[in-house]
Amino acid sequence: MKILVPVKRVVDYNVKIRVKADGTGVETQNVKMSMNPFDEIAVEQAIRLKEAGLAEEIIAVSLGVTQSQETIRTALAMGADRGILVETDEALEPLGVAKCLQKIAEKEGPGLILMGKQAIDDDANQTPQMLSALLGWAQATYVSKLEIADGKAKVKREIDGGLENLEIALPAVLSVDLRLNEPRYASLPNIMKAKKKPIDTMSPADLGVDVSPRLVTLKVTEPPKRAGGVKVESVAELVDKLRNEAKVI
Amino acid sequence: MRLTGERELGFVLYELLDVEALCARERFQEHGRETFDAALETARQIAGDLFAPCNRAADEDEPRIENGRIVTLPAYQAALDAFFEAGFGAAHVDAELGGLQMPWTVAQACFSQFLMANVAATSYPMLTIGAANMLAAFGTEAQKADHLEAMYAGRTYGTMALTEPQAGSSLADIRTRAEPTGEGDYRIKGTKIFISGGEHELSGNIVHMVLARLPDAPPGVKGISMFLVPRYRPDGEGRPVIDNDVALAGLIHKMGWRGTVSTMLNFGEKGECRGTLVGAANRGLAHMFHMMNEARIGVAMCATMLGAAGYNASLDYARERPQGRPAGAKDPTSAPVPIVAHADVRRMLLAQKSYVEGAFALGLACARLVDEQATAADETARREAGLLLEILTPVMKAWSSDWCLEANRLAIQIHGGYGYTREYPVEQHYRDNRLNPIHEGTNGIQAIDLLGRKAVMQDGAALALLRREIMRTVEAGRGSTALADYAEALAKALDRLDRVTATLAAHMAEDAEAGLANASVYLAMTGHTVIAWIWLRQALAAERGLAAGDVGVSEEDGGARDFYEGKLASCRYFFRWELPATVTQAALLESRDDTCLAVRPEQL
Ligand SMILES: Cc1cc2nc3c(=O)[nH]c(=O)nc-3n(C[C@H](O)[C@H](O)[C@H](O)COP(=O)(O)OP(=O)(O)OC[C@H]3O[C@@H](n4cnc5c(N)ncnc54)[C@H](O)[C@@H]3O)c2cc1C
Ligand SMILES: Cc1cc2nc3c(=O)[nH]c(=O)nc-3n(C[C@H](O)[C@H](O)[C@H](O)COP(=O)(O)OP(=O)(O)OC[C@H]3O[C@@H](n4cnc5c(N)ncnc54)[C@H](O)[C@@H]3O)c2cc1C
Repeated sequence: MKILVPVKRVVDYNVKIRVKADGTGVETQNVKMSMNPFDEIAVEQAIRLKEAGLAEEIIAVSLGVTQSQETIRTALAMGADRGILVETDEALEPLGVAKCLQKIAEKEGPGLILMGKQAIDDDANQTPQMLSALLGWAQATYVSKLEIADGKAKVKREIDGGLENLEIALPAVLSVDLRLNEPRYASLPNIMKAKKKPIDTMSPADLGVDVSPRLVTLKVTEPPKRAGGVKVESVAELVDKLRNEAKVI
Repeated sequence: MRLTGERELGFVLYELLDVEALCARERFQEHGRETFDAALETARQIAGDLFAPCNRAADEDEPRIENGRIVTLPAYQAALDAFFEAGFGAAHVDAELGGLQMPWTVAQACFSQFLMANVAATSYPMLTIGAANMLAAFGTEAQKADHLEAMYAGRTYGTMALTEPQAGSSLADIRTRAEPTGEGDYRIKGTKIFISGGEHELSGNIVHMVLARLPDAPPGVKGISMFLVPRYRPDGEGRPVIDNDVALAGLIHKMGWRGTVSTMLNFGEKGECRGTLVGAANRGLAHMFHMMNEARIGVAMCATMLGAAGYNASLDYARERPQGRPAGAKDPTSAPVPIVAHADVRRMLLAQKSYVEGAFALGLACARLVDEQATAADETARREAGLLLEILTPVMKAWSSDWCLEANRLAIQIHGGYGYTREYPVEQHYRDNRLNPIHEGTNGIQAIDLLGRKAVMQDGAALALLRREIMRTVEAGRGSTALADYAEALAKALDRLDRVTATLAAHMAEDAEAGLANASVYLAMTGHTVIAWIWLRQALAAERGLAAGDVGVSEEDGGARDFYEGKLASCRYFFRWELPATVTQAALLESRDDTCLAVRPEQL
């Protein structure tokens, strides 16, 4: 079985996000970029499946600017086997990404597509669902436990009320959640090996996909600053404020 | 915690030292900026995720003995295992030994991130790699086959066992003995003190590099040999299971650096301790000195990264702590400003920045010389790199440990009363860093090494070479409108250093004791001159960066222009506030001052 793992290049989770002065987006100049943390979990899971003898090949795919190659290299240094870069300077939206991934999946024929449940930049949480619909494959989102056996995936999903157990047929699209695993570090020997692993580069046009934006961003602003709090004298006063001012109890 | 900014690492590695040029050499041809950056990233992740979180915990809960075994924090084991599993123990090592053949410069840059996060934990791999490198240089084929790979992979840790209760600075006085057994190995007997990592359960085995005397050895330093003494020696089938009679005689309770276990060891209490000779008989100290350059650069990096940790913490603090108003502000109801707005606080920040980033760049520049010495194509370049290292090593060890400790003092000062409490990290930085002027040869001993040996060796060849290198930078500086004054100041400082060296060399020839009496001032002066040189080099690199354009806008963080202009400001600080000290130092030294030599102990 092949496993396809899409990996997205995003602003590093440690970076304090700043909105551009002209309100058109967030500042990405001179800002550290890394792999979306949820995608790292997907890569880790794919490697564990391969180590367990349940998969033969892991393909890391990234869509975006040339530097997305670095994100693919990170996946390769963790243990993925080869990479595909769909290179474009377009501002990508979930539907365009899902369409490209659909074409790649149709060509590569993976048994499983493992993806992060969302990307920490736009937090859209849409690409896996759209991809599964486009492919007509089963899907399971927010996966926090995964077992593969007999052509099926047994998953635990994190849902509002607790955990949901599902069994779905492969091929399938799974989106993974934080608790699924603890991603490994790229070791120095694997970093050296990753250098020699191939990365195919193509454009959305090569895949026959039009990724031009369907959405218009009107304005990006900082969230409003939190106003300073007040000190209350007593519990009674606190309860009173919660009830009558904040109206939350 | 905040580690060294990637901007700083990138600046020093690529813009100042051009480490990418090394990739043209056969040994490093598999490497490129891509692998360097990826390695640094992994180092930063492991340092941040696993080393930093147990730094305070180990300070509060130092290693102790339970049921005859040493107990260390479980988090230490996890951090160190991750270090070795990721391959950092073998980053610089030959491919055939399982290594990555990474330049020493890049390996040190990676290492610096672990040091910054947790210096005490990082001491274990530091000692292990140092001992392994010594074995690689002088060990027999059998010793290497038995231990090298295990050490680089972290299954066996190493120690350096030199110091004895009566012999610290003066290793000539060691008493540990080694008697031939007639079976090719030696029976070791003696007591060692202050042995870092001397016993623990963090690794399957420990090998001690022990200095001892053979029965017929001549007295003094020419009668010291080095022995490899394992904690467990192999049984008939080669499994290391036989207890080798290295007894833990006690633990040492320290001011800082507590996560590294400090031991007193008795070798051969029962007459059962066996060791094998490393290198040539009676050449132990010479072999050790071969390693010492590396170890002393290592100590300087420890000091530097503790300085850097304090600088970061105090910078963050100064940006957040509101206190006071600008001098001259009349309205007492106006909001207080963050203390970074006060010039005196900025003085303390700029001083730290100039010490720490000066020491960091010097440290990696020395590591670059280690690469040069090992891999430069032509023989002259290799020899010159070696000579430069000889003279720069004592300077770097002592200067960095003195001035990065001073940086930690300033970091505490910026924190005001809070800096004096255990709720903030800066007091631990200071306590940890207080070791660095003491071990691996006290700074007093470094000064004697610099003046008594290195400055005058081969008719002053090392110093002449250093002068040539510094003058190259001076020439480059003269070509820059903004930096020309600094270039002149540096040229003058260099002339002063030459004059003083000539005076002291003549004095030493007349009377060694009197000539060496003020060696520490000589080292301080040399150090300031060398760091001024490093700052001028950084300033020139910053000018290149600014001229290359595309430096973006000025911004609180991430602004490339601020980064380069910050370098220029630190250079300015060092030349205006620090380098002038060499004028007074030179005057004192040239006068052959004997105040300290002349005062009698009874008068103190
Ligand atoms: C935390 C820690 C870890 C250590 N780890 C190790 C280790 O792993 N292995 C190991 O072998 N050792 C280790 N040491 C020992 C360390 O190297 C010695 O402490 C150091 O060399 C100084 O020796 P000493 O303590 O006996 O001081 P002394 O030699 O007694 O020196 C005391 C003072 O006298 C000065 N002095 C001594 N002789 C002279 C001289 N001839 N001229 C001028 N001044 C002089 C010194 O500069 C110093 O200021 C460690 C020490 C510490 C504190
Ligand atoms: C062990 C201990 C015992 C103490 N005992 C007492 C006690 O018994 N009674 C008591 O009342 N207090 C006591 N203190 C408090 C002590 O006096 C304060 O810590 C000290 O005055 C500094 O104030 P701060 O800690 O708020 O630092 P800050 O005022 O926040 O200063 C932080 C840094 O900013 C600098 N700075 C602040 N304002 C300016 C300015 N306008 N211009 C330039 N630089 C500035 C300071 O020099 C310092 O380097 C004690 C403190 C300690 C640590």
